[in-house]
Amino acid sequence: MIGPRGMKPVRRLSPRNVIIYGTLTILALYYLLPLYVMVVTSLKGMPEIRMGNIFAPPVELTFEPWIQAWAHTCTGLSCDGLSRGFFNSVKITIPSVIVSIAVASVNGYALANWRFKGADIFFTILIIGAFIPYQVMIYPMVILLREMGLYGSLGGLVLVHTVFGMPILTLLFRNYFSSLPEELFKAARVDGAGFWSIYFNIMLPMSLPIFVVAIILQVTGIWNDFLFGVIFTRPENYPMTVQLNNIVNSVQGVKEYNVNMAATVLTGLVPLAIYFASGKLFVRGIAAGAVKG
Amino acid sequence: MAQAARRIGILRNLSAKFASVPMILTALIVYLGFSLWTILYSFTNSRLLPQTNWVGLAQYERLWSTRRWLISIENLMIYGSSMLVLSLVIGFVLAALLDQKIRFENTYRAILLYPYALSFIVTGLVWQWLLNPDLGVQHFVRGLGFPDFVFDPLSSSDFVLFGVIAAALWHGTGLVMCLMLAGLRGIDEDIWKATRVEGIPQWKTYLFVVIPMMKPVFVTTLVLITSGIIKLYDLVIAQTGGGPGLSSEVPAKYVFDYMFQSQNLAQGFAASTMMLAAVALVIIPWAFLEFGGKKRA
Repeated sequence: MIGPRGMKPVRRLSPRNVIIYGTLTILALYYLLPLYVMVVTSLKGMPEIRMGNIFAPPVELTFEPWIQAWAHTCTGLSCDGLSRGFFNSVKITIPSVIVSIAVASVNGYALANWRFKGADIFFTILIIGAFIPYQVMIYPMVILLREMGLYGSLGGLVLVHTVFGMPILTLLFRNYFSSLPEELFKAARVDGAGFWSIYFNIMLPMSLPIFVVAIILQVTGIWNDFLFGVIFTRPENYPMTVQLNNIVNSVQGVKEYNVNMAATVLTGLVPLAIYFASGKLFVRGIAAGAVKG
Repeated sequence: MAQAARRIGILRNLSAKFASVPMILTALIVYLGFSLWTILYSFTNSRLLPQTNWVGLAQYERLWSTRRWLISIENLMIYGSSMLVLSLVIGFVLAALLDQKIRFENTYRAILLYPYALSFIVTGLVWQWLLNPDLGVQHFVRGLGFPDFVFDPLSSSDFVLFGVIAAALWHGTGLVMCLMLAGLRGIDEDIWKATRVEGIPQWKTYLFVVIPMMKPVFVTTLVLITSGIIKLYDLVIAQTGGGPGLSSEVPAKYVFDYMFQSQNLAQGFAASTMMLAAVALVIIPWAFLEFGGKKRA
């Protein structure tokens, strides 16, 4: 008599699996629902929105709301659409990301490999400072920028993003550079390389992944910023988030929900694209900032 | 390392010091100096422009007798406690579900985390639209044959905060899930084997073995969620604008309005100093636990 051999076959449709996959799928649908509603609403005409329900797919597909939102919708007196906010956000984000990462990576490198007396004190202030609500520091910042003649300009906003992005980025780079083998640094020192040549010739080429993580972190963070945009820029320089809020929450005129939703999708498109393109690196960015912080 | 640096001397280390100038300036001027400046000027009666006419605690007395501030604080308490409990529970349950060695784990995680990539403005506007009484979810359910169905939190002063909480949970639970998942992955596989051999049910293992082991992750997450709660501003601006009436006002909005709209600077400084005090209440014990402990070890 030969009994059954080998491992018991795994039942794919065990009650346990049904519960797990069922729950996860329902949750996933719930999390996707707002995005779905946003997109669907932006592709309908206003009569269809009033007649039908919010979850119904568009019967008569129209891209008119997108064109309206991008090029014609009004904020205040100007009616050139959200495109202005988009290009403002691009003009704000690119230099802010470059400057903040350049400064923070050099800082982190100095902290990891060139410790000097007192450096840790400043770093501690910086890390504790990351928890201070922006509201506490914002008005003196306004005064400082006004004194420097930068208040309301793009340069001022770049400075603000650099200063307030510094704690998390410095931490990110410091931890990364500390994790690199010290022998490399020592060997370069023995060969007579100095501060900057080690940074540019050894550290930079080895730390591409962490730079990508930092770029993801900063692009989404700065693109999504609202508070600094509204305080430190003039209306003609308002970033996309501020303009979007002004468009949708304006009390004048008839509410065009389809145009509003098209504008909302447009504003979310950049961070969403980065998120889905970067995959695990995005998670690594927030985890690096969060867990070690 | 430290010894080597000392032997090199001050001049050889100059580049590193030079490179640290932005950090030193930021730490001293912005984080330390600006905060002290704001605290100092909260004891003045600055209105349109900051000036040094000292009035003692008058701004604070006025602050704590202003109805709008009291409502803001109460709202933050309700929002904060709900967010803390719900995002920790939901985040942990999601992480535990994803940790069952399932297929498509990456897809599920990507879907549960994507709202976190969106701004609070976008989040607030989408949820404002979903909760729109005339055309949103209420309208949809009524259309299904329940004409008396009421689901209109954003127009009700009693329920508006729950509309904000729903949006904030949608936005932020993915992050908590990711942190928790990282914590779960850090648990030794042998622990699971041991409890399985002992025949302890899975939920009990989570509750009495895994969660106590994940204490550091919980503490870090708690600190993160709390500092996010106190900063709550954009979401309210986009979703409710503080309304209806004053029923979804929050401290950060109070500060902003007094500083930049009502031209009553010192009142804004006093309110922001109270926000700083609230953060300190959370951060200082945590810093002692986290860093005080390490030094002793």
